[in-house]
Amino acid sequence: MNLGTRLGDLAISDSGFVFDPYTGASFTVNATGLHLLRALKDGVIDRAGLLAGLDEAFDVDGADAGRDVDDFLGQLRRYELLPRDFELGASEVTP
Amino acid sequence: MTRRPYERPIIVRHESGLGNKLSRVPALRPQEEIDGVSVEELVKTYGSPLFVFSEQTLVQRQRALADAFAVRWPKVRTAWSYKTNYLDGICRVLHREGAWAEVVSEMELDKALHNGVRPDHIHFNGPFKPESALEKAFRGGTLVHLDNFDELRRAEQVATRLGKRPGVAIRLSVAAEGIPPWTRFGFHLESGQARDAVRRLLAGDKLDLVGLHCHLGTFLLDPAAYREAAGKLAAFAEELRTEHGIRLQFIDIGGGFASHNALKAQYLPAEQATPSFEQYADAVCDGLRALQGPPKELPTLVLETGRAIVDDAGYLITTVHATRRLPDGRRGVVLDAGVNVLFTAWWYRHDVVPTRHLAGIPEPTVLYGPLCMNIDVVRDALPLPPVEAGDRLVLRNVGAYNVTQWMQFITLRPAVVMVGRNGQHGLLRKPETLEALTSWEEVPEWI
Ligand SMILES: Cc1ncc(COP(=O)(O)O)c(C=O)c1O
Repeated sequence: MNLGTRLGDLAISDSGFVFDPYTGASFTVNATGLHLLRALKDGVIDRAGLLAGLDEAFDVDGADAGRDVDDFLGQLRRYELLPRDFELGASEVTP
Repeated sequence: MTRRPYERPIIVRHESGLGNKLSRVPALRPQEEIDGVSVEELVKTYGSPLFVFSEQTLVQRQRALADAFAVRWPKVRTAWSYKTNYLDGICRVLHREGAWAEVVSEMELDKALHNGVRPDHIHFNGPFKPESALEKAFRGGTLVHLDNFDELRRAEQVATRLGKRPGVAIRLSVAAEGIPPWTRFGFHLESGQARDAVRRLLAGDKLDLVGLHCHLGTFLLDPAAYREAAGKLAAFAEELRTEHGIRLQFIDIGGGFASHNALKAQYLPAEQATPSFEQYADAVCDGLRALQGPPKELPTLVLETGRAIVDDAGYLITTVHATRRLPDGRRGVVLDAGVNVLFTAWWYRHDVVPTRHLAGIPEPTVLYGPLCMNIDVVRDALPLPPVEAGDRLVLRNVGAYNVTQWMQFITLRPAVVMVGRNGQHGLLRKPETLEALTSWEEVPEWI
């Protein structure tokens, strides 16, 4: 699935400041959001991959990370940083 | 490698307005305790949602009000405005502090008497005082504030029947700049109606005019309105003295001082917008300066302050039940308390704080109540870091009008407790039960 060029061209700082050169819009992401954005940019576009990456870097025990990843992708779609029809690849990890 | 603490992933756009607002949001300082008692302990003991009143704050506000006026006017009286919050425990704390009662119905009159208030220490306002209420009031020496000509006539009839000559006040409706006039109450000063009322009362010769009353409105952020209104009352009182030889016992300036809340349309936060009691007192006493005479003979200044005393003393503890994402990108949070118990959410941008440190950046969040009704919105556009089901949120400054105007609708009403000044706590009102609710219902036998 093509991520579209928008996400690929985002300028992302370590402090969580995100700049979209196409629209001039800027954003703030938190640490987990930053992690997911970088993973997506690096081509991790399946649910299991994203969740495994999160789990490696963060103490997700007890949290509903699957729900949170879906929510985050929804936000990216809403800001048109991902195409409207973007969907993650198949997952072995849901729910 | 050690894993970092997890937060729900969030991305927030820096939008015009919103971005600025979010970047200005001070970190939400959690409130773990109310006057030294842990919020968790209160919820474990009494359940959630839960109204909590601080006796300490209640007493402080009452004393601050009385002190601010006492140093500016020779004789000052506060009369607790029952409708603002007539839970017995609240009223009794204020009566213990010396407050008289201000009531606006026979039910409130009965409640004040039930709380041990002397009948002649009660001011009786309102547009609806049936004969039974007037009779009860006149028998006990309660100070009736007359609202209209029909009531004046009714009061004369009741007094005659009782063989009494009660002292009464008249309620005036006064115009003050910047205040939407409450013209549906009392006799209009500017139109000459108030003068007609005095002439009519004197001609009837059944009642003694002992006071003037005026209540400008509620949550009035501009003390200047009080200066103007008090000035007009003072001028009218002087007219009564010079023309009719009437020396009034009291001038009652009503309620209406703002609490540390913020109206929805208000730009400045409460800490900046809400005047102090001193500022109100300066304005009122400035206005009253037109009154002539030695201090001992000046009328007593009566205050019927409601929300500015009790609002800051009240908290509503709620629990997050669920979270959702709305199509417009805002976060939606479902709480266990809604507009059914928090009536004032219609008008106020209530202050909301968590009980633990919330990690993460604030997102635009809407707080919904538990009702299956679209109107059940407790706060909209609140910048809030992510919360999880089970988190507690504390709504502050909710002590005025809620536990009197709340509705029994869809859910049962929760418990109300007071935290005392020595860390003790106890019920002011039990949580409602289905049994209590249905005990008022009947089913006709043919059903
Ligand atoms: C006659 C009268 N007095 C006092 C009050 C108390 O007003 P507040 O709570 O704004 O101080 C009210 C409330 O509307 C009122 O109608």
